[in-house]
Amino acid sequence: MKTPTALVLELIEAIGDDAVVWHDEDLLVYEYDGTIDRGNPDVIALPADTDDVSALIRIANKHGAPVTPRGAGTGLSGGALAARGGVIIGMNRMRQILNVDAENKTALVQPGVVNLDLGIEAERHGLAYAPDPSSQRACTIGGNIAENAGGPHTLAWGTTTNHVLAVELVTADGEVQWIGHDTRDEPGYDLVGCVVGSEGTVGIVTQALVRLVPRPTAVRTMLAVYDSVRDASNAVSAVVASGIVPAALEMIDKMTIAAVEPVLNTGFPLDAEAVLLVEVDGPESQVEAEGARVESILRRFEPREVRSATDHEKREHLWAGRKGAIGALGQIMPNYYLLDGVVPRTKLPDVLDAVYEIAERYRLPVANMFHAGDGNLHPCLLFDEREPGATARVLDAGGEIMRVCVDAGGAITGEHGVGLEKRDYLPWIFTDADMDAMKALRAAFGPTENFNPCKIFPAGHGCGEAGHQHHAQQQIAKFGPKAFV
Amino acid sequence: MSIAPLDFESIWQTADRPDAGELGLCVHCGFCLNACPTYHDLGVETDSPRGRIALMRGLDDGRLSWSPRVQQHFDQCLQCRACETACPSKVPYGRLMEATRAEAFAQDRWPRRQRIIWRVIMRGLFPYPRRMRLAGYGLKLYQMSGLQSLVRCSGLLKRLAPKLAEIDALSPNADRPFYSNAEAARVSPKQTPRANASLVTGCMMPLAYPDTHRATVNVFARNGVAVDAPSAQVCCGALHAHGGDIEAARDLARSNIDAFTPVGSELPDAILINAAGCGSHLKEYGHLLRNDAAYADRAAAFALRVRDVHEWLVEIGFEPPIGRIERRVTYQDSCHLSHAQGIRKAPRQVLTSIPGLELAEMRTPDRCCGSAGIYSVVQSEISQRVLAEKMSDVLGTGADQICTANPGCMLQLDAGIARFDDDKRMIPRSIHAIELLDESYRLGDEGQSR
Ligand SMILES: Cc1cc2nc3c(=O)[nH]c(=O)nc-3n(C[C@H](O)[C@H](O)[C@H](O)COP(=O)(O)OP(=O)(O)OC[C@H]3O[C@@H](n4cnc5c(N)ncnc54)[C@H](O)[C@@H]3O)c2cc1C
Ligand code: SF4
Ligand code: SF4
Repeated sequence: MKTPTALVLELIEAIGDDAVVWHDEDLLVYEYDGTIDRGNPDVIALPADTDDVSALIRIANKHGAPVTPRGAGTGLSGGALAARGGVIIGMNRMRQILNVDAENKTALVQPGVVNLDLGIEAERHGLAYAPDPSSQRACTIGGNIAENAGGPHTLAWGTTTNHVLAVELVTADGEVQWIGHDTRDEPGYDLVGCVVGSEGTVGIVTQALVRLVPRPTAVRTMLAVYDSVRDASNAVSAVVASGIVPAALEMIDKMTIAAVEPVLNTGFPLDAEAVLLVEVDGPESQVEAEGARVESILRRFEPREVRSATDHEKREHLWAGRKGAIGALGQIMPNYYLLDGVVPRTKLPDVLDAVYEIAERYRLPVANMFHAGDGNLHPCLLFDEREPGATARVLDAGGEIMRVCVDAGGAITGEHGVGLEKRDYLPWIFTDADMDAMKALRAAFGPTENFNPCKIFPAGHGCGEAGHQHHAQQQIAKFGPKAFV
Repeated sequence: MSIAPLDFESIWQTADRPDAGELGLCVHCGFCLNACPTYHDLGVETDSPRGRIALMRGLDDGRLSWSPRVQQHFDQCLQCRACETACPSKVPYGRLMEATRAEAFAQDRWPRRQRIIWRVIMRGLFPYPRRMRLAGYGLKLYQMSGLQSLVRCSGLLKRLAPKLAEIDALSPNADRPFYSNAEAARVSPKQTPRANASLVTGCMMPLAYPDTHRATVNVFARNGVAVDAPSAQVCCGALHAHGGDIEAARDLARSNIDAFTPVGSELPDAILINAAGCGSHLKEYGHLLRNDAAYADRAAAFALRVRDVHEWLVEIGFEPPIGRIERRVTYQDSCHLSHAQGIRKAPRQVLTSIPGLELAEMRTPDRCCGSAGIYSVVQSEISQRVLAEKMSDVLGTGADQICTANPGCMLQLDAGIARFDDDKRMIPRSIHAIELLDESYRLGDEGQSR
């Protein structure tokens, strides 16, 4: 029988024994998030309010134990993993929507609120919460803030950072502070902007005041099927150049089409190379005018067909192939590795060619789905982790694909963050001086040694050998470690 | 799927073990977390779908020992399968959990008391229609003699045996004449039937909800279907399979296959079922008996004919009812109809076809009510909290009545109304859509409305 450590006992005393998880068999389920990597926490603490969070951090500090915040653990860069053990602070029990102010279009929420639950509550007030990551059914607002999450509707509305007005933050030394203001433009530095996207390395968000937007009265979704990725990409560029800002502009490639068609009966021709989805929304008259213009632009690039829908059910049917893509891929191979790169929009076709080439070289099926309007691509490498060596091949191929994005003038993450997984690749886009400046910014929020350690910046001392690291080193050896700017 | 050779060191001891390939389908994306009632309630990932799958994998790859703590996380699963609806990777969670429970059962991983009670009730009572009926008469006596009201009012039971008091709160109202399988053949379509069906009447429904069966036969006869109810049928075995008593479940399945599809006879057009939990299990007979050389093919053929009443009614088309029922009804998606069988629209189509009836949707109509077979008795604390949340959603709709599709859900929700409907505004008994349809037909014939 395992006996609790002094740290565990003190945590239990602070927040009660039904809020502390410390038995070995229970810790096993907190080893992972949505990535391949693993981390082994010593204990999980589940606070009920801000004071709990502050107390927990202070206790952990007293014992010299690392602290890692966790939301729903859907992250795709290992941000919520306890890379050096210690305490995971799970924010999922703080899940109340404290207030919706319909007049000022804001909501005050606890960080454990699930993105979609906020969306549903906003809808009751005729409003919407704009950032809509595909993981919205499960991921939390706290995790969204940490990763600056985006989604299909990011094109028109911006990422999470455009929707957070203020946060209550418990810093690494346990201090509680409100940052930001309910007015939209606060004098002085944009500190909220520093917290959003900080990947849980500057403190724990315990409340957030977020912006809500009006619900569009009309929506039109169009789907166009193309014979080449280049045509589809050119169509994307033309739509954007026209000055219209669609609510969403998404693309899926041939492999994705092949995967979704048999499962979801989307009616896509199996030999098509790309399917584009464009959505416009707003007042009825605007949607009608913009919809017609977008459609005529789409038709200029010789699509096989264009479909269009305005009522909810038919629109959902058009979206089915995009939204159900990940699941459908599971029918081909049990595991996927979802990459996240951004490139200038015009480079999409070339980058995609390179992605196919790399995947073929590593003998890995690859399916692509992208937020095409933002140049944010998500190559999805398919594999079976039970096959010896498969995971290693995936990680190597992933590294090369990231390099292609960097070489094209892009970056190694669009919305999933650097976290544990991509930290070793950071020097590909930042110089040492850049990284030092970022570390200094982080240090301004509080001590950094033990707070969500081993994330974002290339491996420091004691971070151990994370699963992927060896592969990252290989790629870096191949392409050189330095910033490519 | 092939069965891995029995590995000497493996924690699994039977061929019913969770399939390693199916376990491998989980990519721990976490999409299922927010759909899970126990994760919602307990707020720990050990009691989430992803967590439970990780525990199964931990057992499978030898990293974990099967401690009582691990067993508890398995026991606390409602088997509602909301996680399957949420899962993009199509992990067959229900099947994995049933397999895990089958192993737990085979390996004696339950406390002794629980095993004894299981053997007495689930093996000694449920499989035998005649014993069930006797128990039903006992309950009738208890209720009609006024003893039940006495016991409930005095609160004596609550103090002496709280567990029994919970069971008492969940006991069905046995005030209607029990259903006899012979009744079905007495109702026949007016014209030559366009199809024929055999009704699965089950173990508890004839005692607790006999009118649902009467309504089912009436409705199908009216829509040109000849319905019979084979007299040799027994309990479908769903509760046994969910609990892990897979051998008892197989015995019951074989008896039913013999009763409904005797060798040499023609299969009915549909094997009809109006209880969601039974329906989803009957559709799994093929899987259950896949390794039984004598029954595998017959089981697969049987499973293909199984149809939920709503599903089939919509499939074959039904006469629009004209009798008005002025009532605000909220529909609770039984987990084993929505999550397990993917049937969501058909019951709503039936309900909205009734003139005057207003369907008032809950915010989360497909969240479990906490009944979950015998869960409401063995895990009563979690069950009651899940029910409390459900009832607040129900009461928020302002509905007069709850409509749902499974006897367990009906019992649980009726207990919920008794406990939470403080203003006594709601009709205290929930109802099956097929009964409302039957009533509307009847009112139409009588030229009345309600
Ligand atoms: C299939 C799939 C699809 C996805 N699609 C998208 C997509 O379209 N767009 C997108 O942007 N992302 C997507 N993601 C990634 C992921 O869902 C997001 O990054 C999400 O924001 C993570 O939220 P979470 O609650 O799961 O956080 P977690 O994974 O638990 O944590 C993520 C990071 O946030 C930190 N954190 C969590 N809570 C707090 C808090 N309260 N205060 C401070 N730090 C905190 C953690 O320390 C960690 O660094 C997808 C993931 C999957 C599995
Ligand atoms: S079956 Fe229900 S209770 Fe069990 S893990 Fe799935 S969602 Fe949770
Ligand atoms: S949604 Fe499916 S794949 Fe994702 S964690 Fe849950 S069970 Fe696993």
